[in-house]
Parts: sequence; structure tokens; C-alpha cells
Amino acid sequence: MQYMLIIHNDPNTHPTPGDPEWGQLMADYAAFSEQLGSYTGAPLNDPSTATTVRIRNGETLVVDGPFEETKEWMSGYYVIECDNLDQALKAAAMVPSAKFGSVEVRPVAEM
Amino acid sequence: MGDALEAAYRADRDRVLARLIGILRDFDLAEDALQDALVAAASTWPVRGVPENPAGWLVTTARRKAIDRLRSGAASERRNRAWGELSVAWDIGDGTQPIADDRLRLIFTCCHPALTLEAQVALTLRSLGGLSTEEVAKAFLISETALAQRIVRAKRKIRQAGIGYRVPGPDELPDRLAAVLAVVYLIFNAGYLPPSGTDLVKVDLCDEALRLIGVVIDLMPDSPEPLSLAAMMHIQDARRDARVDRHGVPLTLEEQDRSRWDTDEVAAGLALLDRARSMERPGPYQVKASISAVHASAPRSDLTDWNIIVRLYDALLLWEPTPVVQLNRAVAVAMADSPAAGLSLLDDPALARPLAEYHLYQATRADLLRRSGRLEEAAVAYRRARQQTNNEAERRFIDRRLQALDAPVVPDGLPQP
Repeated sequence: MQYMLIIHNDPNTHPTPGDPEWGQLMADYAAFSEQLGSYTGAPLNDPSTATTVRIRNGETLVVDGPFEETKEWMSGYYVIECDNLDQALKAAAMVPSAKFGSVEVRPVAEM
Repeated sequence: MGDALEAAYRADRDRVLARLIGILRDFDLAEDALQDALVAAASTWPVRGVPENPAGWLVTTARRKAIDRLRSGAASERRNRAWGELSVAWDIGDGTQPIADDRLRLIFTCCHPALTLEAQVALTLRSLGGLSTEEVAKAFLISETALAQRIVRAKRKIRQAGIGYRVPGPDELPDRLAAVLAVVYLIFNAGYLPPSGTDLVKVDLCDEALRLIGVVIDLMPDSPEPLSLAAMMHIQDARRDARVDRHGVPLTLEEQDRSRWDTDEVAAGLALLDRARSMERPGPYQVKASISAVHASAPRSDLTDWNIIVRLYDALLLWEPTPVVQLNRAVAVAMADSPAAGLSLLDDPALARPLAEYHLYQATRADLLRRSGRLEEAAVAYRRARQQTNNEAERRFIDRRLQALDAPVVPDGLPQP
């Protein structure tokens, strides 16, 4: 089964570039990704860079900003292959940002 | 012949269902197929006689019925399930060892922390218990429809989120076993002290919890914590008859007539605790069971060794540093030392703040105030506790205490409920 690990962070509590913990965090991510082996995933830029698109009555509406303003926002994701939820939960607990924010585990729907 | 079927069903339903879920990996299909097999049994057993191994017969027949269902498209939504898998490993042996393993897997699946606690309880009782949906719904004071929805949602999550049908590995086991034990104890407590309603003790759920922990012990005989939980539940259960007076009003340990304790059940509990202790791997349930054992071993309440109980609570705080454990420790300190010493612990804001809305906190405080001779403050605390509980029996208990204080049950100016 495929699972998406969705990383949510509060920018007030999560290290940012320049913080003393930043270097360690990046090293942890590199180690984690290597351990995963094959995966899809990426970090995302912050919501101030987001643009949202909707089509209503045939008209495309483009607005500045994220779908929803929240204190915690999605800052990255992984898609991994696992035998069962327990494996996915174990991987989620190893995501370095789990120490600061939270990691939501969602099964990818089978179509 | 109907009796034979009835007996086979009662004795082996959970084993057979666990085995089927293990083979089919689908709760609903397993339940439907078992139903089909029971219908088949009702018509063939009277003609051909009861099979030598009724449980094995039910598994084999149900498996065949499941394949029929999948083939006929009656379960077309399960088209992605390769039914070819079902025909491998047909041998079910004499039905003892593999079936036992399946029940253990099923317990861990039902008590998976990815499910809500309510769902874990409902699913455990439905899949491993001997109770009907109606009985489970009644015990938890919810409608059958609400319970059915809870179970449907849980099964859907198990399927779609890929909750494995497996016994957790050694690194996960301590946490996952703790979750299983929490569900069993919750079921026991729901039977022992329901949150509302009129009966203080609901016998069926206590028995059901004791039966479930017996299954866990059989399947994990080298684990000390299930033994300790069983010990604690037996010691508590032994006091079942002595726990309330003729009018159903709860009695404290102090007030209980200890001659009404079931001494055989106390002894059974103590023996289980001995077995757990001999494994020399202490855990929170071992400490809790030890506390129960100290109470159970005192022939009169004034002979209770409260100093040891205080030390056991100190130990319990290492595993469970919670306000409720602190509350119980404060009671023990009050008994070992003085009510004033207990009160000063209760009035510590670290305890008072999180427990302010908890009726047992107010009731305990009231009791210690009463023992310290601060009767007016005691009455105020009893009234607050009374407002915080919906349990009729507990309210009668508090009313009796208020009468003993010679204070009105309801403050002046408020209508009598």
C-alpha cells in the first residue's frame, strides 16, 4: 500500500534557516531520506508563496494565498510504499519534523 | 441437534470468527460467511450428525461460502480481493494452534491506537466477545444504530488505512499491549461503575472483561502485565456484592462488610499476582494489583498498611505521573498520616486545577474536610461533587454523607430535583 506522510508545522516552533538547530535538522532529513530508499517527496515553500485556483461558472478565479489560513501549515510530504499502517506509522515517527510539528499518515486511495 | 450447534457457536464463535478474519482479511465478509455456515449447519447437522470438530467444520464451510459470495459477485465491491489467495493453505489442522494465533492478531487489530478508544472497545466486544450488539449498546448507553455506525466506521478504517492483522513486533509490543489492556480494563470498569444510569454494578461487562483477559493470558503466558490486570480485576470483582448496601448505595472500602467478599476470587487474584511478580518485570498494572492486594489482605479496614500503599503509589507515579494517581496517593497519605496532610496535597494547585471538575476529587476533599472537623466546607464540597456526577447510586451516597453532616441535601432556595 502507498501512504502519504503529510508534514504540518507551526513556523513559530519549527527551526528555520539560521537557527542553531537548522543544520542538525537538515542532516537528519538527509539521513531519513536515505533510509527510506525509494520515495517521492519534497519540502514546500511557505504559504505566503501560495496561489489558489478555482473554476466557477466556467470562469477561472486566481487568488493570492493558501486554501486556508491556519497556524500550522503543510510544509512537505513523502509518498512511501508499506505493507501496513504500522510500517507507515514507524516511518512517520522517524520524520525529523515530527519532533516539532506533526505528521499525518494518509493511505493513498486505490483506484 | 440444535443444542449441539448452539454449544459449538457459544464455545467457538470468537475462535472461528478470528480464524475467518485471518483468512479472508475482511471483517464483514467473515461475519457474513460465518452466518451462511451456521445456516448450513442448522440444516445438515440434524441429518448427517454433528461433525467431530464442529469449529473446524464451521471454518471450512464458511470459507467455501465466502468464495461463493465473492464469485457470485454478491460482494462485487471486493473485486480487488484476489480470491485465489483463499484456496492456498486449506489445511486447518485440529483447530487449536493457528486459531489461537488468529485471536491474538484480532485483539491487536481491534485495539489498534489508530482507532478511537470507543471504536476499539466496540470492535473488541463485537469480534471477541460473547455479547450481542444490543447488549453492548445497552452497556454503553448508546443506541444500537450509533454502535453499529461506530463499528462500520472502524472496519472501514481498518480496511482502507491498511491496519495490519498482525501481532506487533517486539519493539512495538509494550505500547500495543498496554492499549489492549486499557481496552479490557475500560470494559471492566464500564461494568463496575457506569458513568450514569441507576445500577452501580453491571455484571455482564465485568464477566466479559475477565473472560477477555483470560484469553490474552492464554495467548501470552509469559507476559506479566496481563496477569497483573487479571489479578486486579479479580480482587475488585470479589468485592462486587459488598460494594453497595441494600438500597444500592455505594460503600467505601472502610464501610464494606469484608465477610461478604468472595474469598475464593480474592485468592485467585492473589495467585495471579504472585505469578506476575515471579517474572520480575514490574509494570503499572503490577503496582496497581499490589495496591488492591494490600487492601484485600487486611482483615479489617483499620488494619490496612497505608504506609506501604503510599510507597506503591510513589512507584506508580513513575509510570503514570497523572493527577488522578496523585489524588489516590493523597488519600493514602491522609490514612497513613492525617486528614490534614492529605488535604494539603489535594489543595496544591498542581492537583486542584486539573481535577476541579472531577466528582471524585470533590468527594475526596469533602471526606477529608469532614474528618478534619471542617463540616461546613465539607458540605460545600459534597454538593459540588453531587452536581458533577450523573450516577444515581453515587448521588445517593453523597446525600447520605450530607445527611450525616446534618446539612440539607440541596442548598436553600433551590428546588428539590
